Amino acid sequence: MFRISPTSDIVLLLAFAAAVLLGPIIMQPFGAAYPDLLQRFAIFGIFAIGFNILFGLTGYLSFGHAAFLGVGSYSTVWAFKLVSMNVVPGIIIAIILSGLFALVIGYVSLRRSGIYFSILTLAFAQMSYNLAYSVLTPITNGETGLRVLRTDPRYLDALFGGETGARLPPTNFFGIEMTGWPGFYFCGVVLIIMFGLSIVIFRSPFGMMLRAIKSNQDRMRYTGFNTRPYLLSAFVISGMYAGLAGSLMAVTDPLAGAERMQWTASGEVVLMTILGGAGTLLGPVLGSGIIKYFENIFSAINESVLSQFWAFLPETLQHVMVELSSLFVGEGWHLTLGLLFMIVVIFLPGGLMEGAMKLFRIKHSPKVTSIAKSGQRDVVGEGAIEPMEPPKPPAPGRSRQDAKPAE
Amino acid sequence: MDSPLLHIDNVHKHFAGLHALSDINLDIRPQETHAIIGPNGAGKSTLLNVCVGRLAPSQGKVLFAGTELTGRHPHEINQLGVARVFQTPELFEDLTVVENVMIPIFSRKDGAFSLSLASRFDKQGAIADKAMSILADVGLGDHVNHLTNALSRGDKRRLELAMCLVQDPKLLLLDEPTAGMARADTNATIDLLNEIKKTGVTIVIIEHDMHVVFSLADRISVLAGGRIIAQGPPEEIKGNPKVIEAYLGEEQV
Ligand SMILES: Nc1ncnc2c1ncn2[C@@H]1O[C@H](COP(=O)(O)OP(=O)(O)OP(=O)(O)O)[C@@H](O)[C@H]1O
Ligand SMILES: [Mg+2]
Repeated sequence: MFRISPTSDIVLLLAFAAAVLLGPIIMQPFGAAYPDLLQRFAIFGIFAIGFNILFGLTGYLSFGHAAFLGVGSYSTVWAFKLVSMNVVPGIIIAIILSGLFALVIGYVSLRRSGIYFSILTLAFAQMSYNLAYSVLTPITNGETGLRVLRTDPRYLDALFGGETGARLPPTNFFGIEMTGWPGFYFCGVVLIIMFGLSIVIFRSPFGMMLRAIKSNQDRMRYTGFNTRPYLLSAFVISGMYAGLAGSLMAVTDPLAGAERMQWTASGEVVLMTILGGAGTLLGPVLGSGIIKYFENIFSAINESVLSQFWAFLPETLQHVMVELSSLFVGEGWHLTLGLLFMIVVIFLPGGLMEGAMKLFRIKHSPKVTSIAKSGQRDVVGEGAIEPMEPPKPPAPGRSRQDAKPAE
Repeated sequence: MDSPLLHIDNVHKHFAGLHALSDINLDIRPQETHAIIGPNGAGKSTLLNVCVGRLAPSQGKVLFAGTELTGRHPHEINQLGVARVFQTPELFEDLTVVENVMIPIFSRKDGAFSLSLASRFDKQGAIADKAMSILADVGLGDHVNHLTNALSRGDKRRLELAMCLVQDPKLLLLDEPTAGMARADTNATIDLLNEIKKTGVTIVIIEHDMHVVFSLADRISVLAGGRIIAQGPPEEIKGNPKVIEAYLGEEQV
């Protein structure tokens, strides 16, 4: 049995980094080796890793994390408008503001637990979503969405004599434009850093206290721990991860719209985390990759692709198969995702990582009798030995969930 | 006589018309081992719940070393030095045995909250050693890396006791710490508690097993129907006709 150790964690991080950086090559056979999609894997990976710090470690299920995504996007676009097209100030401001926002929402929501906590977070997120469309229009630009304009002041850029030319300057990282492959590599490196940080949190005494709260919050209290600040810290950290993800969305495409805060987006990150394996290190990244892959690949398949696929069948049968399978692709990709999700939850309640771990154990230790570690904990540690698929499956087509605000 | 370590003053507890505790006055002296006995439903566990902040008394108050406990949060009461073993073990069931015992050490070391991210939980030499040695004391030395929910009922009780002992409490509240244990384990627990007594820890123990009670208790309070009906040293309680009627009668025939 493999033991969790600093060494195994470093191996895990290195393998993860290699998988991310080689993403463009690894994803080639899956037809997804292009930057737009790969960077979406990275961004949602960050979102899900952060969500997992709250849900996976403490068991508190937030249904409102998209609100922080939105705050991150809006504040980054504002930084582009007022400060600089360099992404660094935008990212820092996004993390700070989403953290403050999470502090307020968490402070109130954490007065309750279980379903009441979930409902409170959902209510707050829907409130934010509606406010973004209505009262806050001066900040969010309502339905149109917030955009960067050529005429924006950008005080910091102006100070350093940045161009005020005819063309809107692109978002950049000290001169490197955040489009195409540089955009992906920027997001990829941030993903690697945030993954490393989640390893630190998982292994720290703080992370263990969060797990203990999930296991038996009452016992924690009678053991002398004030559980509220632990939960609030986890909530704020995961809110900042979400803010960072929202910020990167704006970095790679400087727009922000309220639909990013909608409850469907909050639900999506829950699905990603559970699908991959809540409470595991790699699970959320895996889950977000798979969902984004499905969203892009399956939604792009149309009838002609299906006819080709079933071409080997006699014509009548081909028609039947095309009709049948067309239910699951294109607009119907949600059906496929729903089925996958149901299968995973019913047969692998610990998510795909649990399945991977089961396979792995059968291979390496034929009769596992030890009760030393729970399945969940194994997953956490042994991921180091068998780094799962790279965080990214690939795909063509543009995601509908991410549709840009109409102009 | 010393002032009491735990002073329970005129405590009442009602549950929707049920008088679980009525006018309880009880002083626990420093360093004594005080047994609370009584039939099922007498209110023994309720009394401990009032002490540790799980329940608020309907009336009255509880003082610990002169500090009022009523109205305080459970974690504050624990930080003052009160540790409790519950009637139904409260453990971190999906963590390992040694992790269960290490966690309480952190609440002594770091207080009620600490954002400790700079170290690793699995690289805590001194803390792990301390946990191991307590586990050896309670007889769980062979189970340190087992998952807690796989332990037997008796082992769970011993683990919960270890989780309290590792905090070096001033006052130890035990709710039936030997229920579900085999005879040999019960005797081992009696020996262990006698060792702990010698270190000056004050103990309140609720117990149905009279062998345990008479092996440990300096004084006994008998609770029946939410009232204290008798109190005194073991010899006195043994011969008290009221007690025999209310409780011992059924067992000692
Ligand atoms: N939270 C509660 N809500 C309502 N009634 C309660 C609650 N806790 C205890 N009671 C009732 O109060 C009475 C005393 O219960 P308690 O658990 O204190 O008894 P006990 O002396 O510990 O009994 P046992 O020896 O069976 O553990 C019982 O009638 C019980 O049903
Ligand atoms: Mg009881």
